[in-house]
Amino acid sequence: MRWLWIDRIIDHEPNRRLVAIKNVSLAEEHLHDYIVDGQVVMPASLLIEGMAQTAGILVGTTSNFKEKVILAKITKAVFDRDVTAGDTVRYDATIDRIDEGGAATTGTLDRRVAGGDAWERIGRIELMFSHIDNNMAGTEFPEHNFVFSDNFKMILDAAGLGEYVCNSEGT
Amino acid sequence: MNRDDIFSKIQEVLDDALGVDEDEVTSEASLTADLGAESIDFLDIVFRIEKTFDVKISQGELFPENLADNAEWVADGKLTNTGLEMLKGRMAHVDFAAFESGDRSISKLGDAITVDSLVNFVEIKLAG
Repeated sequence: MRWLWIDRIIDHEPNRRLVAIKNVSLAEEHLHDYIVDGQVVMPASLLIEGMAQTAGILVGTTSNFKEKVILAKITKAVFDRDVTAGDTVRYDATIDRIDEGGAATTGTLDRRVAGGDAWERIGRIELMFSHIDNNMAGTEFPEHNFVFSDNFKMILDAAGLGEYVCNSEGT
Repeated sequence: MNRDDIFSKIQEVLDDALGVDEDEVTSEASLTADLGAESIDFLDIVFRIEKTFDVKISQGELFPENLADNAEWVADGKLTNTGLEMLKGRMAHVDFAAFESGDRSISKLGDAITVDSLVNFVEIKLAG
């Protein structure tokens, strides 16, 4: 099982944009190993992984998950604020360019302002993904696609995006 | 757009794609050997050149790809004469002279792609 760093997909514009959120909790053990000025902090590397999962799913949907989509490059990652327990973060990923070889995405990272519905921008992340195998057409999902495994399917189903998985199975 | 303008924009492209300083991006600098580009960077550079110059680049047009699949082009990990002639015909923007007279290992082919190669490519593309 792959470790998920997003909780829910909240918006999807096919072939263009995907938005996901994560609620950061003190129950996450890793936070207790990363304390800055007396406060637990979500490591930037895991925020990047959250964006990679958001953008990776978006790229995956464009081929109905027939392609194995692998994070190949962190082109840019800028963080203005820390994320801590109790925060909700929002990953908003957009495809800049995609072809047979892979995809380039840009994304913004927002944090919900405590006690309200407003969001503040706290980061920008640009990524490159590689389609490592162009011959995956017709392969059954998810058994033979180690990238988009069962727990990703759970998130997709919850967001009403299960149809993309079905299409990859040719059904 | 003249050659100097193209060079200047290519410097920006490589600055963004590879995180190198513009003064490292000299005309003769090799993308792999001097600027540290890896295979995924080539895709990044293709995307950025398309965006910067508003051109469409086909797979394998700017950088050689999938050569090893063809036994006529690559034998024992080295580019054959047939392969080299094919590349020269298909990739007029690259100067293969040093590669031709040196180690023809396919793994060294990327070293032949220089900043000048990219400028040549864009110049040809915009003229075409």
